[in-house]
Amino acid sequence: MTATARTPRQSAPSPQLTELHLKMLRQMLLIRHFEEKAAEAYALGKIGGFCHLYIGQEAVAVGALAALRDDDYVICSYREHGQALIKGISANAVMAELFGKATGCSKGKGGSMHLFDAKRGFMGGHGIVGGHIPLGAGLAFASKYKGTEQVTVCFFGEAAVNIGAFHETLNMASVWKLPVIFLCENNRYGMGTAFERVAAVTDIVEHACSYDMAAELVDGMNVLTVYDATRRAVERARKQSHPTLLEVRTYRYMGHSMSDPLHGVYRTKDEVEEQKARDPISHLAGKLKEDGVIDQAALDALDAEIHAEVEAAVKFADDSPDPEPGELFTDVLVD
Amino acid sequence: MATLTYRDALNQALREEMQRDPNVFLMGEEVGVYQGAYKVSRGLLEEFGPQRIVDTPIAELGFAGIGVGAAMGGLRPVIEFMTWNFAVLALDQIVNSAAKMLYMSGGQINMPIVFRGPNGAALQLSSQHSQAWESWLAHIPGLKVVAPATPADAKGLLKSAIRDNNPVIVLEGEMLYNLKGDVPDGEHIVPIGRADLKREGTDVTLVCHSKTLAVALKAAEQLAEQNVSAEVLDLRSLRPLDEAAILESVKKTNRAVVVEEGWPHAGIGAQIVDLIQRDAFDDLDAPVQRITQADVPMPYNKLLERAAKASPEKAVAAARRVLYLD
Repeated sequence: MTATARTPRQSAPSPQLTELHLKMLRQMLLIRHFEEKAAEAYALGKIGGFCHLYIGQEAVAVGALAALRDDDYVICSYREHGQALIKGISANAVMAELFGKATGCSKGKGGSMHLFDAKRGFMGGHGIVGGHIPLGAGLAFASKYKGTEQVTVCFFGEAAVNIGAFHETLNMASVWKLPVIFLCENNRYGMGTAFERVAAVTDIVEHACSYDMAAELVDGMNVLTVYDATRRAVERARKQSHPTLLEVRTYRYMGHSMSDPLHGVYRTKDEVEEQKARDPISHLAGKLKEDGVIDQAALDALDAEIHAEVEAAVKFADDSPDPEPGELFTDVLVD
Repeated sequence: MATLTYRDALNQALREEMQRDPNVFLMGEEVGVYQGAYKVSRGLLEEFGPQRIVDTPIAELGFAGIGVGAAMGGLRPVIEFMTWNFAVLALDQIVNSAAKMLYMSGGQINMPIVFRGPNGAALQLSSQHSQAWESWLAHIPGLKVVAPATPADAKGLLKSAIRDNNPVIVLEGEMLYNLKGDVPDGEHIVPIGRADLKREGTDVTLVCHSKTLAVALKAAEQLAEQNVSAEVLDLRSLRPLDEAAILESVKKTNRAVVVEEGWPHAGIGAQIVDLIQRDAFDDLDAPVQRITQADVPMPYNKLLERAAKASPEKAVAAARRVLYLD
């Protein structure tokens, strides 16, 4: 469909909405370019260990976090660079953490899988599949206990749904009516295992029935759809203190981690290409161009600006010092 | 000085700390309406209400993790496990979440949480319900581990644990809950990390903790009848370990026997022997002996179970060996 063939809009989007859409585009581009740079740095040996990239899934973090208050909690699995950036940790501090530097958001002690910024309500980066799901409910328990009306969004992948902690936590969150959103990013594969090969119930939203919980199935390649669904869930949590399970269907373009292949034994190159055709950034950029909000020149300028920001983050990380040797023994216990 | 059971001493500690700090809450199976599987939480639901005395489903992993999350959110949870045998299901949360949070967040998120419940064997509960987990737990940096043996220590250490800003494991004992003892009136705090000399002696040190204090004290009485003066050192804390107290006693007596509930392989006693051989080698007059549970799953049969457990007779025999009396 071309712009000229379209039915004229009943009303143009409000300036606030346009501003939000531009912000979302910028945030998705930031994640995309940040992750591309992280991949490069990993290949150069500047980042070690496991590094799980978010390319393809940007709309999920950006759409969901746009629906939150600044003081709301976000807690994630180990594929959390995107959420960390959008919750307000600077690209410098995230990249420096990936580089293991003292200036990283976890002082170089956590790495890619353990990004933290407690002051901004970014409660980690957790490395055991599904292990942080009860932590998300616990944060919500604390908010409800203290009456702060904060909402917690707990991100996890579809593979975590097969973990006992998922089921135990959804049950308790529902019994205790906790203000938490369980946001399952269904990217179809737990490492190299297709979800339908290991899950009896493949529509994850259906699990909500077992726990008498509200749920929604969401197109995760469309940032606006993610935003709208999360807003409804946030409202339910904040106003009624009811939990929600969101199944957000998305796709990761990269391998499970940097040490894994993009495709091969478990998925075809064609499948990956087919999914890339649904790219969330192109989708939003296309819409904004159609709406006349942004033209190609402005898009290119935005892209260049973000490239520069990410380049600067790499330089910052490169130039930052390693932690002092004495840091080995700090932060084990507090006084 | 009041005479209290170990159970009531723990109950007092919980009540006083919950009165003192509204952010302290108790969560676990049967802690509320049922008044506690072992009645440690008796009366607390009535006093503090269901928001602070939280009955859970049987889901140790889940509620331990919810406790960890609540601690991240600024509360001070006390998580009760009906026994530490069931807490094994929650080890992911204790080890991977609670113990690591401060370190992997670069010092941002501390973890003021207590995990408590009965540990080790009771009577004829067989293999899966009769296990002492302290060496597993004390192995983990980022945790503190205490194992009080008396009502006074139970109260004082639980209060310290609740006020501590780190995750603290409190190992109680089903066979200890009815034990009576004097508990000081008023605010009674026992600092974590300090052993306590429960009986002075000159010939041999019996190092013990939790239920093996009773074993060691009985052994010391029997040894006294044989003209052997045994010193009984109750560790109370297993991490941090009061190394100075152990070394001081061994330097005085020159001989030691460690009496513990757990299995021998990689047990707490092995850690203590390591310390003594390293830092008190020149003071030792005999190799240190260990009395442990037999290296088998706990049997059900009463006679076999008795044979598997540490006993005063075994401790006496070990003391006589290090004194070269036999």
